[in-house]
Amino acid sequence: MTQTMSGIAASNGIAIAKAFRLENPELNVDKRTISDVDGELERLTSSLEKSIAELEVIQKKTAETISDKEAAIFGAHLLVLSDPELVGPITERITTDKVNAEFALQETTDMFISMFEAMDNEYMKERAADIRDVRKRVLAHLLGVTIQSPSMISDEVIIIAEDLTPSDTVQLNAQFVKGFITDIGGRTSHSAILARTLEIPAVVGAKTAMADIQNGTIVIVDGLDGTIIIAPEDSVIEEYKNKQAAYDEQKAEWAVLKNEATVSADGQAVEIGANIGTPKDIAGVVDNGGEAIGLYRTEFLYMGRDQFPTEDEQVEAYASVLKGMQGKPTVVRTLDIGGDKELSYLDLPKELNPFLGLRAIRLCLEMPDMFRTQLRALLRASVHGNLKIMFPMIATLDEFREAKALLLEEKAKLQTEGVEVSDSIEVGIMVEIPSTAVMADTFAKEVDFFSIGTNDLIQYTMAADRMNESVSYLYQPFNPAILRLVKMVIDASHREGKWTGMCGEMAGDEIAIPILLGLGLDEFSMSASSILKARSQISKLSKAEMAQHTDRILALSNSQEVEDYVTKLSIK
Amino acid sequence: MVEKQFTITDEAGMHARPASALVGAVSKFKSDITIEHNGKKVNLKSILGVMSLGIPSGSVVTIAADGEDENEAVERAAEVMKTEGISNQ
Repeated sequence: MTQTMSGIAASNGIAIAKAFRLENPELNVDKRTISDVDGELERLTSSLEKSIAELEVIQKKTAETISDKEAAIFGAHLLVLSDPELVGPITERITTDKVNAEFALQETTDMFISMFEAMDNEYMKERAADIRDVRKRVLAHLLGVTIQSPSMISDEVIIIAEDLTPSDTVQLNAQFVKGFITDIGGRTSHSAILARTLEIPAVVGAKTAMADIQNGTIVIVDGLDGTIIIAPEDSVIEEYKNKQAAYDEQKAEWAVLKNEATVSADGQAVEIGANIGTPKDIAGVVDNGGEAIGLYRTEFLYMGRDQFPTEDEQVEAYASVLKGMQGKPTVVRTLDIGGDKELSYLDLPKELNPFLGLRAIRLCLEMPDMFRTQLRALLRASVHGNLKIMFPMIATLDEFREAKALLLEEKAKLQTEGVEVSDSIEVGIMVEIPSTAVMADTFAKEVDFFSIGTNDLIQYTMAADRMNESVSYLYQPFNPAILRLVKMVIDASHREGKWTGMCGEMAGDEIAIPILLGLGLDEFSMSASSILKARSQISKLSKAEMAQHTDRILALSNSQEVEDYVTKLSIK
Repeated sequence: MVEKQFTITDEAGMHARPASALVGAVSKFKSDITIEHNGKKVNLKSILGVMSLGIPSGSVVTIAADGEDENEAVERAAEVMKTEGISNQ
């Protein structure tokens, strides 16, 4: 009987194969009173030594077949096995309480496991799994039980397990293990991350897979949407084979596009950039063939800590992003805090309308010392790449002039101090307030570029709080009012020989892309995972043809008509 | 006794990789070595102890050593913090 269940999609792709249950042997620990303390300590030492020897092999193998970074976790496991705060209390329990080594180990590790599980940080919570992994290894040696190892599998299978320990996961051989399903875990658990690195389709958090799936049953794992189908009918297998082929084909097409420029069907080049929050995101941008950073949100540097980041810390972060992009355009947005984004160490008065209050550039101009520190850090980092500085939430030309004056003052100061600063830094603004879009022609004479922030531009134009569910119907990216503002901004920039980018959700939207291309948008900035899809879409669109449609699209009367119009165009 | 303060600059805070490097490096010294964060002090030769502090980015920690090789121990800890990129002091 076919049965369907669903879990958390943890790693993309589709796999169809026989189920292989990775059973967890029962490692029952009884409390026993012992008389031979030395003998018990000897058993403990020998089990620890055997575990260390095994882990050293796994660590070496991981470094060779995966990466040093993945191998590092076993370095931590090895340190746990010789941790004085672990081995000490275990020895103590055996010696004074006269209990068996298994029980002493269980009690002591339980204490650490509950300590990590109680932490309010996902990363630290996951560390409890590492302690369980280490404990299981030592307990198995103490009890003389052999643990099934995934490295013994020599047949194409889908692994079903309650959970995969980090050491299980690195032993998965992608040649035989086509996918895996676990009952517990989330997208950030160690096994999920490794599945994505190894490109093995995986669904985690399936809850009842171990209860419902027997060894040898054919299983479909759809890592794209988290679906699991047990004992599927032939027609369903056929359907999924097609889906798998379509996915592989698309992946191959996108892989080719990775190192290509973004060019429309009629040969017009545009730029696709990525929105990032931290220097760590650069790897994803490079992997997905990003041509630029269209938006680096610097506020993450200020969040999750208990004091302002120092100038040096900021230089380090900005420089690592610029170096990582190797000379490609990198737009850094200055601090956008206030509104719904708060800092624990910055005591801002409660406001009735935070989205209309003291936030972003308004706050920075109100707190010039904090702002100057960021500007100095940006200027100092500028020699490492192609830096463009962007001010958020600009409503008037005066605000832009004031912010730019501070930037130039800091630049002059640094130069007098003998610090090297790039001379080709473009300075632009976010366009997210309707007044600025309307006045774009005036702004275009003074700014070097515009970047349209659609999420805020829509909420301010429609006067609809985007956090308020009851007015969410007014969040209409395709409302002609928004599109007309976008056109005004793009046209104004081009008249002055400047450029316009877009860094909101809309820039990566399938319906929006043809319109924006037709309107002449120069740079599309989106989440890294959307880049290749957008590049593929643009390569099939003619910019000249889309431009002919824009007048008609902008003359439509509402959002739905625009969506219908574009959908019809793409079907044709 | 020798002690030194550090500000943790890695965005992920004191995570497993740098913590392992630090514990591995100082375990070779004879001195008693501790790390303190938020008023809680643990043995720096214990990976479980260090991780249990859950040290976030931006926090200030104090490393202290007491014993015959205390100077070298703190110096070595500072070096590891720097090469692992978790603190630049």
